[in-house]
Amino acid sequence: MNIHEYQAKAMFRESGVSVQRGVHCTTVEQALSAYDSLNSDIVAVKSQIHAGGRGKGDLFSPDSGELVMQGGVKVAFSREEVETFASNILGHRLVTKQTGPSGKIVSNLYVESGCDIAHEYYLALLVDREEDAILVMASTEGGVDIEEVAETSPEAIHKAWFLPSDGLSEEVAHSLGDSLGLSGTSRSSFAEMMVRLASLFTEKDCSMIEINPLVRDGNGSMVALDAKVSFDENAAFRHPWREDLRDISEESDVEVRAHEHGLSYVDLEGNIGCLVNGAGLAMATMDVIKLYGGEPANFLDIGGGADSESITAAFEIILEDSRLEGILVNIFGGIIRCDMVARSIIEASEETGLRIPLVVRFSGTNHEEGRKVLEESDLDVITVSTLGDAGEAIVNAIGGNQT
Amino acid sequence: MSIWINEETRVLIQGITGSQGTFHGTRMVEYGTDIVGGVTPGKGGQVVELPGRSVPVFDTMSEAVSSTGAQASVIYVPARFAAPAIIEAADSFHELNEGGLIVCITEGIPTLDMVKVVSHLEKRPGVRLIGPNCPGIISPGSNGGCKIGIMPGYIHAKGRIGIISKSGTLTYEAVAQTMSVGEGQTTCVGIGGDPVNGTGFIECLEAFEKDPDTQAVVMIGEIGGTAEEEAAAWSKANFSKPLVGFVAGATAPPGKRMGHAGAIISGGKGTAEEKFAAFEAAGIHIARDPSKIGEALVSALVEAGLRES
Repeated sequence: MNIHEYQAKAMFRESGVSVQRGVHCTTVEQALSAYDSLNSDIVAVKSQIHAGGRGKGDLFSPDSGELVMQGGVKVAFSREEVETFASNILGHRLVTKQTGPSGKIVSNLYVESGCDIAHEYYLALLVDREEDAILVMASTEGGVDIEEVAETSPEAIHKAWFLPSDGLSEEVAHSLGDSLGLSGTSRSSFAEMMVRLASLFTEKDCSMIEINPLVRDGNGSMVALDAKVSFDENAAFRHPWREDLRDISEESDVEVRAHEHGLSYVDLEGNIGCLVNGAGLAMATMDVIKLYGGEPANFLDIGGGADSESITAAFEIILEDSRLEGILVNIFGGIIRCDMVARSIIEASEETGLRIPLVVRFSGTNHEEGRKVLEESDLDVITVSTLGDAGEAIVNAIGGNQT
Repeated sequence: MSIWINEETRVLIQGITGSQGTFHGTRMVEYGTDIVGGVTPGKGGQVVELPGRSVPVFDTMSEAVSSTGAQASVIYVPARFAAPAIIEAADSFHELNEGGLIVCITEGIPTLDMVKVVSHLEKRPGVRLIGPNCPGIISPGSNGGCKIGIMPGYIHAKGRIGIISKSGTLTYEAVAQTMSVGEGQTTCVGIGGDPVNGTGFIECLEAFEKDPDTQAVVMIGEIGGTAEEEAAAWSKANFSKPLVGFVAGATAPPGKRMGHAGAIISGGKGTAEEKFAAFEAAGIHIARDPSKIGEALVSALVEAGLRES
């Protein structure tokens, strides 16, 4: 789960991590009164969407598609500029390299006091799955794409690890500050911030905190000028407060609905819908479709506890995709029985008025009964018994190899 | 022979009185697993009826291990209680038996809980954790066998192939394909699809290398992390038996979690392409097509002189 910069900064402020003063706005009027209240000659007017690359993104009119403004994060030197930037941002579509070409409509804005920047750094905390610990990554090269830094000058990235039970020691925090070349006030300001961020990460069950840039200001203090925070969904039960931070408009509507039915769904670009039990088998099914010359339209894992209701919901969700030309159902029955799935498929097909080719592959528990149920029904369905046959059959059914 | 478990292994169920615990307890006993008891805090003294046997319920793992002499435990408790359950099991096995096997089936355990569990297990060197978020481990025997988990037992048969996988149903798929080419299994290990977990590919390969009955291994990875690359590099230097590899998710888009918590390409890392390349560089027989895992196994066996055709 991701949250907005303004929400992350409120959390930082509460934990004693230094940020600039700022106000969250949803209208141009609010942005103007934010400017007045901040009482700062320079302010940053920042688009709030979950994707990165906002500064280098472009804003388009959602109606005409015309370019409205370049840059989703702007520095304003006057009240008039705040008004212009806020009106160019709010309600417009921001396209960044992370949003994809369709971009995201911006409905939240953050107006923040300007900062006297002496140097920009990069800082991130994340779970290192190879080391089974929390990794802190810091670099003197801030404000730029960290993956680029990792490619071109990996020596500029400094790392330290800590365990949630131990926390980050001041000693480690200081030595990380040393490797960034910090001294005096900046060194202690950095260490203090690091220790607080480390406990924030653990207490709130984050999966990532990224601050790019982290800046050293004119006084030598370290300030988080940006803030990107995501949480581990598995720990949601410990943090009911997170629900208030959730911005549903940032989440794919269909993925949210799939989740409510216990389904795991990811939208893809192709035209063959997939319905599979198990994440690994679902990925393998997509891979097979591609290898036989087709393009999968989605990833869909119905999970181990699927029933007739969730299978019907899965069918409805896949069929919403207007590009869909065929459906492949691939079930390896373990706990799930293929005959139950067969009956659910028949029911769902009747309910949804299925009109495109359907290929079903059953293996495992009650696969013969399942196949029989399908074959004895009125449903127009192609049944196969192996994964390879399944890929071949669905690609042929929609008119053959497309690549 | 097999790795880590066999028909003699005495197994406890943590969460035995829950619906999952009882359901799978029944299936495990039917397969031949020696279930000797279970744990549900607050329900000590009760008895659970499993096919052909009544097994005792204990309040704690410590009581359960000392009363039954169990060597392994399987965990079916909900995600929020799973990490403490693993730690309790690890401590009991460590104190009473100097080691043991813990299989955690539970899906959805918070990542930082698992970070704590893994660092705790470092202090319990004789204890092995398989999972979480996995189908478990199974060793088919001549008559039944030992199944600790949720996989359908009947698709397996005793043989000479070891299987290691991050996935559940895709493991069943691999089992079915090895069966369709007439090969059975020594042991199948589902290591799970979480980013932070217990036993990894390399530990499984080490055990299969030492097991005289295992003559070849099928390894099934998926996008995310670098465990497959590390296993490939390790196998090149240390693994002498034919190895077949597949990686799921060649068509997965970057930045999207594909069902499993760990199955995500992030920062351009963890792609199927990189993993296949690492497999190839290590001389692993790769099946780019998941429907041809069986075929790839046959050609690996033929090349090693372990099969005619």
